[in-house]
Amino acid sequence: MAFPILSIIVFTPLAAGLLLLLVPGEKQNEIRVAALGAAAFTLLLSIFVYFGYDEGVGGYQFVEKYGWLPQLGVSYYVGVDGLNAPLVLLTGIVMFTGVLISWKIDDRPREFFAFLFILATGVFGVFVALDLFMLFFFYEIAVFPMYLLIAIWGWKVTREYAAMKLTLYLFIGSVIALVGALGMYFASGLGTFDMIALEQANFSPGFQAWAFPMVFMGFAVLGGLFPFHNWSPVGHVAAPTAVSMFHAGVLMKLGAFAALRVGMMLLPQGAQMWMPVVLFLALINVVYGAFIAMVQTDFKYVIGYSSVSHMGLVMFGLASMSRTGFVGAGMQMFSHGVMTALFFAAVGMVYDRAHTREIPKLGGIAKNLPVVAVTFIIGGLVSMGMPGFSGFVAEFPIFMGVWGGGSSPINTNWNFAAWVMPLIAIIAAISIVVTASYIIRIIRKVFFGEMPAEFEGHITSISALDKVALIFLATILILLGIFPSLMVPMVESGVENVLRLFGGA
Amino acid sequence: MDFFTEHLLTAILFSPVVAGLVLLFLPGEEKKLLRVAAFIGSLIPLALSLILWFRFDPTATGFQFEEQAAWYEAINSSFHLGVDGISLAMILLTAILTPLAILASFGISDRVKAYMILFLFLETGMLGVFMSLDLLIFFVFYEIGLVPMYFLINQWGSATGERKLWGGMVVPARTYASFKFMVYTMGASLGLLLAIQMIGVVSGTFDLPELYRSWTSLSGTYFGLDIAQVKTIAFWAFTIAFALKVPVWPFHTWLPDAHTEAPTAGSMILAGVLLKLGAYGFIRLVLPLYPDQAKYFAGAIAFLAVMAIIFGAFASYGQTDFKRLVAYSSVNHMGFVVLGIAAAALSVGTENAVIAMNGTVLQMFNHGLSAAGMFFLVGVLYDRTHTRDLTKYGGLFPLIPVYGGILIFTSMASLGLPGLNGFVSEFLVVRGAWPVLTLHTALSMIGLLFTGAYILKGIKSTLHGPVNKEWIGHLKEIDKRELLVIVPLMALMLWLGIWPGWLLGVINHTVTALFG
Repeated sequence: MAFPILSIIVFTPLAAGLLLLLVPGEKQNEIRVAALGAAAFTLLLSIFVYFGYDEGVGGYQFVEKYGWLPQLGVSYYVGVDGLNAPLVLLTGIVMFTGVLISWKIDDRPREFFAFLFILATGVFGVFVALDLFMLFFFYEIAVFPMYLLIAIWGWKVTREYAAMKLTLYLFIGSVIALVGALGMYFASGLGTFDMIALEQANFSPGFQAWAFPMVFMGFAVLGGLFPFHNWSPVGHVAAPTAVSMFHAGVLMKLGAFAALRVGMMLLPQGAQMWMPVVLFLALINVVYGAFIAMVQTDFKYVIGYSSVSHMGLVMFGLASMSRTGFVGAGMQMFSHGVMTALFFAAVGMVYDRAHTREIPKLGGIAKNLPVVAVTFIIGGLVSMGMPGFSGFVAEFPIFMGVWGGGSSPINTNWNFAAWVMPLIAIIAAISIVVTASYIIRIIRKVFFGEMPAEFEGHITSISALDKVALIFLATILILLGIFPSLMVPMVESGVENVLRLFGGA
Repeated sequence: MDFFTEHLLTAILFSPVVAGLVLLFLPGEEKKLLRVAAFIGSLIPLALSLILWFRFDPTATGFQFEEQAAWYEAINSSFHLGVDGISLAMILLTAILTPLAILASFGISDRVKAYMILFLFLETGMLGVFMSLDLLIFFVFYEIGLVPMYFLINQWGSATGERKLWGGMVVPARTYASFKFMVYTMGASLGLLLAIQMIGVVSGTFDLPELYRSWTSLSGTYFGLDIAQVKTIAFWAFTIAFALKVPVWPFHTWLPDAHTEAPTAGSMILAGVLLKLGAYGFIRLVLPLYPDQAKYFAGAIAFLAVMAIIFGAFASYGQTDFKRLVAYSSVNHMGFVVLGIAAAALSVGTENAVIAMNGTVLQMFNHGLSAAGMFFLVGVLYDRTHTRDLTKYGGLFPLIPVYGGILIFTSMASLGLPGLNGFVSEFLVVRGAWPVLTLHTALSMIGLLFTGAYILKGIKSTLHGPVNKEWIGHLKEIDKRELLVIVPLMALMLWLGIWPGWLLGVINHTVTALFG
C-alpha cells in the first residue's frame, strides 16, 4: 500500500492539537515550538503533494479509500486533483504562517493552537474528501472551532455577536446543502456517498433543478456570495489575526470549492440552469463589495469587504461556465488566499501596536514597520489586479471567461443575446478601479504621511518570525505573477475534469 | 546566432531588475555606494542597448532579435520579444535617459535605496513595453511602470504645496498628484484591458505578429455586433488609453500635476519616456490592428492633437511656475507626435505617411531628450533657489552664465530652432501632415508660434531683466555632476540637429515597410 500522505496531512493537525492539550498550560514556549513543528511538517507534506502531483496524468492522485460505514455506502475516500492540490498547499501555507504570527498570543496559547489545528484538519479534510459524507463531516469540524476561536480570543467589542452570526449562517447554509446532498444520495439509487460514483449518476433534470440551488447556495454562504455575505466581514473583524487569516484565506475557499465540487460537478445540468442567477449574484459581490470596502473607515473592515469582492470573482469565474473562467477561478482561490492572509497578518501587526484600526487615526507606520508596509503594498497590488502579480494572472482569465461565456460549449441552457456576457464583464471591471482607489488610500493613509504623536514609541518593530511569515507570503504572490506556469497547468488539468462532467471536454 | 545575441533583449530587459535586487542587499546607510551602484546598474542596459544598436540590421524587414518563451499557455499568451527600428529608437532613448536621471538624483538623500530600486524597476517596465510582441505582455509592462512612478511622486515629490479637494479636504499636493496619475491611468487602461480580453476571446491568441494577420482580416458577427462595430469600440478603448498617456487634450490634466510634484529625475523620465509609451502604443498597436478605423477617425484624432498643440502652448505661456510651464510644453510637443500619427493613419501607403511617421518617431526621441533636459534644468535651478515661481527669478544670467547658456541652448532645441534636433522632426511631421490634414496643420502653426513665446518667456523671466537682488551671492554655478547629466543630452540634440541621418536611417526602413 502506498504511503497515506493525504491522511497524514489531514490528521497531523488534529493529533498535534490533541497532544498540545496534554502539555501543561504554563509551558508556553514548548507549546509554541510544538505547534510550529506540526505546522511546518504539514506544510512540507502539502508541498510534497503539490509537486508530486503529475498533471500530465491528471485525475485523482494520492487516493486512499477505506470502508467506513459500508452499510450506508460511506467510505473514507480522499484524493487530490488539479483543483484541490493548490488548495491543500494554500492551507499548509496559511497554517504555517498563522502559527508564526501568533507567537505572541499569551492568553491560553495551548487551547488556541489546539482549536486552530482542529480547524485545519477540517479544512484539509474538505479539500481532499471524495466522499460526500466525509466532506460534510470535515466541513462541520471546520466550522465549529471557529466559533470558539472568535468568541474566546476575538476582538472584545463584537466577538460574541460575530461568532454567533458566523456560526448560525454557516450551519444554516450547511444544513440546506445537506438536504440537497441527501437528496442526491437517495435520488441516485446507488446507495453510496462516493462522489466519483455520484458523478456518473445521471440525475434527472427535474431533480437537478431543485437540488443544485440548495447545495450550491448552501456552500456559497461560506464562500461569501451575495446576499449571504454579511457574516463574513463581521467575522473577519472580530477574529484574532491568525483566525482571520484562516477564515478569509482558507475557509471562504472551502465554501467556493465545496460549491464547485458538490454543486457544479455532481449536478452539472442544475449548474447550467442556474448559471444566470449565480452570475448575477457574483456580479453584485464583485462591484458592490468593492464599493462597500471603499467607504469603510476600519482598516480590517476594508480588507473584509475586499474579500467579499474578490471571492465574488471566484464565483464569477465559475458562473462563466467556460474553461478560462474555471481556470481563473481556481487561480483566484489560491491567489486570494495567500493575499488575504498577508493582509490580515499585516493588519493584525498594525493593530497590536497602534490599538486602533480607524484609518483616519493611523499614519506613518512604514517608518517603523517597513517590512509590513512593503509586503502590504505587494498584497495591495495583487488585489488591484496589477500585472506582474498573481491577482492579474487569476483575474484576467476570469474576465476572459465571462467575455466568452455566451458561446462556451458547456453553456447550453441559455441563449442570451450575444452582448449580455460582454456587458457583464465590463460592469464587473469597474471594481478594478474602485479596488485600486481604496487600496491606494489605505497605503497612503496608514503607512505613509505623518505619524500621530500618540504612536511615538508604541510602534515597535516586528519580530523575525513575523517578517518570515510576511515575506514568505509576498514571495509566493510575486512568483505566481511572474511565472503563472507554476500553477496554471495543474489547475487546467483539474478543470479538464470538470469540463468532462459538463460533457464539453 | 550565439546565445548572447539570441537573448540580448532579455538581458537588456532584466538587467535593471537584477541591479535593483543587488541594491536590495547593500546597506541602506551607505548612500554614496547605493547611488554609484544604481548608476552602474543602469549603465549595463545602456551598454547592452548599444550592442543591440550596432548588431541591428537596419535594412532587414520585420522584427529582429525575436525571443519567445512559454508564459501563460492556458490563454495562449507567450513571452514574445522583438525589436524593429521604431522600438530600437525608443529602447535607446530609455537606456540613455535612465542613467542620466539616476545621476540627476544623486542629491536625493531620503531613503536612497528604495528610491534607486524603484527607478531601476521602472526602467524594466518601460523597456518591456518597447520590446513586447505579445499583447498581454505589453499590457503587463505598460501597467507595471505605474507602480514605481506612483511611489516616486508620492514619496519623493516636492514636500510643500497643498491641494484642496472637492469637498473641502486638504491634502498634500504630491498625494493629490500621484493619486490622480495612478487612478487616471488605471481608469483609462481599463478599456484597454477589456478590449485586450475581448481580442483574446475572439482571436484565441495575444501574439502580435499573428494578430496583425488574423485580427485585421476578421469578419463575421461577434457579441451580436458586426465585426466593424466591435473593432470601432475596441479602437476607441485603445485610443483613449493611449491618448491619456501621451497625453492629448482633453485627457492631459493629470500631467501638469504629476510633473510639478514629481522629483526632478521622475519628471525627466515621465516626460522623456513614459509619455512615449502612449505614442508607441498608437504606432505598435492601434495603427496596425485597426487600420480602417484609424483612417476613418484620423481627423478626430488630429483635431485632439491640434487642440493639444494650441492649448498646450497657450497654457504653457500662462504659467508662472517654471516646472508647470515645461510640463505644458510637453502637451504641446507631444501634440505633434499625435498629429503625425493621425496623418500617417490617414495617408497610409503614400509617401506622406512615411514622412509623417519618420517625423513622429524622431519627435518622440527628440522630445525625450529636450524635455528631460528642460526638467533637469528646472530642477537645478529649484535646488538652488527653492522656488519655481518665475516672478521670483530675473536677471540670473550674469550670476550663473554657464547655466544660462545651457538653458538657452536646451530651450532652443525645445523650441525647434533649425540646427538643433526639434526642428528636423517637427518639420517632417508638418511636411507629412500638410497634404492630407491641411487645415489641422495650418491651425497647429498657431501653437508653434506660441511655442516660441513661452520658451522665450521662460528664458526672459529667469535669465534676463533686472536682477533680483535676493540671489546675488547665493547662487552656485552648475556643478560637474550636473554638467555630466546635461552635456550628453546637449551633444545628442546638436548631433541630431546637424545630422539626423544616423537615427532616421534605422527608423525609416521600418516605417517604410509599415506605412509605405
